[in-house]
Amino acid sequence: MQGLEFSVVFENMNILLHGMFWTVVLCSSASLLSIVVAVVLAMTGISKLKPLRSATFFFLWVFRGTPLLLQLFLFYFGLPQIGLYLSPIITGIIGLTLHFGVYNADVLRAGILGVETGQHEASRSLGLSYFQTMRKVIIPQALRNVSPAVGNNLIALLKESSLVSIITVPELTLSAQRAISETFRPFEFYFAAGALYYVVNWGLEFILQRVEARTALTR
Amino acid sequence: MISLKDIWKSFGDNQVLKGISLEVERGKILVIIGPSGSGKSTLLRSINHLETIDRGEIWVDGVQVNAPLKGRKFEKHINRVRQEMGMVFQHFNLFPHMTVMENITMAPMLLKKIPREKADAQARGLLEKVDLADKMNCYPVQLSGGQKQRVAIARALAMEPKVMLFDEVTSALDPELIGEVNKVMKRLASEHMTMLIVTHEMRFAAEVADHVIFMADGVIIEEGPPEEIFSNPAHERTRRFLFEVFKS
Amino acid sequence: MSGRSAGFRFIPGGTTIEETAVDYQLIIKVAPFFAKAAWSTVVVSFLSFALGLSIAFPAAFCRLSQNRFLQIPARVYVSVFRGTPCLIQLFVIYFGGPQIGIQLEPFMAGVLGLGINIGSYMTESIRGAILAVSRGQTEASRSLGLNKFQTMRKVVLPQAAGLMISPLGVNTIALIKGSSLVSAISVLELAYTAHRFTNSTYRPFEMFILASTFYLVIITLTSKAIRNLNGRFAYEK
Repeated sequence: MQGLEFSVVFENMNILLHGMFWTVVLCSSASLLSIVVAVVLAMTGISKLKPLRSATFFFLWVFRGTPLLLQLFLFYFGLPQIGLYLSPIITGIIGLTLHFGVYNADVLRAGILGVETGQHEASRSLGLSYFQTMRKVIIPQALRNVSPAVGNNLIALLKESSLVSIITVPELTLSAQRAISETFRPFEFYFAAGALYYVVNWGLEFILQRVEARTALTR
Repeated sequence: MISLKDIWKSFGDNQVLKGISLEVERGKILVIIGPSGSGKSTLLRSINHLETIDRGEIWVDGVQVNAPLKGRKFEKHINRVRQEMGMVFQHFNLFPHMTVMENITMAPMLLKKIPREKADAQARGLLEKVDLADKMNCYPVQLSGGQKQRVAIARALAMEPKVMLFDEVTSALDPELIGEVNKVMKRLASEHMTMLIVTHEMRFAAEVADHVIFMADGVIIEEGPPEEIFSNPAHERTRRFLFEVFKS
Repeated sequence: MSGRSAGFRFIPGGTTIEETAVDYQLIIKVAPFFAKAAWSTVVVSFLSFALGLSIAFPAAFCRLSQNRFLQIPARVYVSVFRGTPCLIQLFVIYFGGPQIGIQLEPFMAGVLGLGINIGSYMTESIRGAILAVSRGQTEASRSLGLNKFQTMRKVVLPQAAGLMISPLGVNTIALIKGSSLVSAISVLELAYTAHRFTNSTYRPFEMFILASTFYLVIITLTSKAIRNLNGRFAYEK
């Protein structure tokens, strides 16, 4: 037992803040990309082509049923094997994007099916094509309907992003580990990293509440 | 039997009861009518302490409902007092996870420690009284609104209350189901149950009431025997209300 | 760090694969190791589930209590453990614990961390289910003369039980997937085994298939059990 000494945290705050910066970058890019992935998967999931639909369902089923950590291992070790040598950060973004793309796709698919059929008919009767109808009428409504659920997924994404430290992405958790390997003070630094996550999480929840209040008004 | 003295109650800035006093004698039936938002439901719920009043005294059978007790002591007191009152709600509030029989026997068995056989026998008697003897093993979802409300009445009666409080019990029912509930209430009236009824059913009120109170904006505008209130109201406000109601 | 090291060591310089076909023989050869690891995933998940639930019920009641001394600690618990990553919580317990005199084996630290973490989510599931039982039910029960506890036991909880199965089920599935995190404090379960064999065989895809299969089996069976349980509470339909 060596007792606690939090002053070392403040001396090494730079390391943690640097990591936090990358956590934010990682999460923002993965969350935006995951919505793009979600739209694509939601579309293929309700496609009229049965093979495409089945393939999507299989992909969703596997990715929903396996831990993020396992998926990260697959990309970290697997991508170099097929000749893709990517930096850990890019690998991390890919992993988080696909994982949360799958979750968002599920939510979005329900949202698309939740838009009344009358909307589709009205749009097609104006002469819009299937894809134009989707892009201009259905998906915007679906996105609005599912925004609270997508928001929850983003909050989960922030916390789960700590896992990419395991595949050596230099974000907040890995920064804490680096600081610990120099100072041998795991409790203080993990505690501090937790506090920083808490603050970012709090900020994110605040923003999402604002966004939700606004979309609720325009509904 | 029931005695309210100068009852005041507000929700925030909204003063809903402004000094209500009334008396109900043993075996008598008091009906409270009035436009929605007049505070009549709040008044009834206060008697059961589902709403806490700001000022005044509520007495039921010689016991003060809002006794000046604190914390756990008041809890014990109010639970005892409530056992002496039966309350029936607009939305039935039957327990969906219990059969009709269990809905009725639960409180007597738990609170009065009545053995199951006796509680069951009593419940069967009550179900016959509300014409639902064949439904005892049903769950509430399997019943119509009128049937649910009659079970709710039986449930309240099972505690052998000294008074019964009815809070707009037919307001949520389809018109063709109102009659069966009113019939049960009339039967109770003929047995000299002390009853306090809040209702929108003027014809029913005229038939069963010993005394009628017309409330608006948190005060009693006028009161008297039903013949007087319904055929010859003294106040303009009452006349307007009755005119609107009977017009429709 | 008193001899504690992270669960993972990476062997640098991964090699490119020569043969792209799936190596079934390898899969068959290492499958028994994965089966054993799957069992520890089940054990870790189950113990964490039990711990989480036994924290969550009292915490939910504290959260609903009007007593501030009960309510505030419960709120803080939920907020802190839902607001920070589970991995960090595990690290604080396992690596940080010895500094404050708590030295736990990886397995114990893992179950403790996962259990406390999932407990915070379960608290909210239980609280939500209790709040979802309509006010009229409480009023009807109180008007019959039942006190708060009798009302909770006889009227609210039996109904809330049906309502909390689905959200608790979601928590449980998340817990099973989240149990992979204890590999980072070197608990020998599925993810750890997958990682170890990937390092030694350079066959990430095969190892992914193997571990995924076990996870999918565990999760599919659990979902089925949850759906069955939910069906038993269908009186309201």
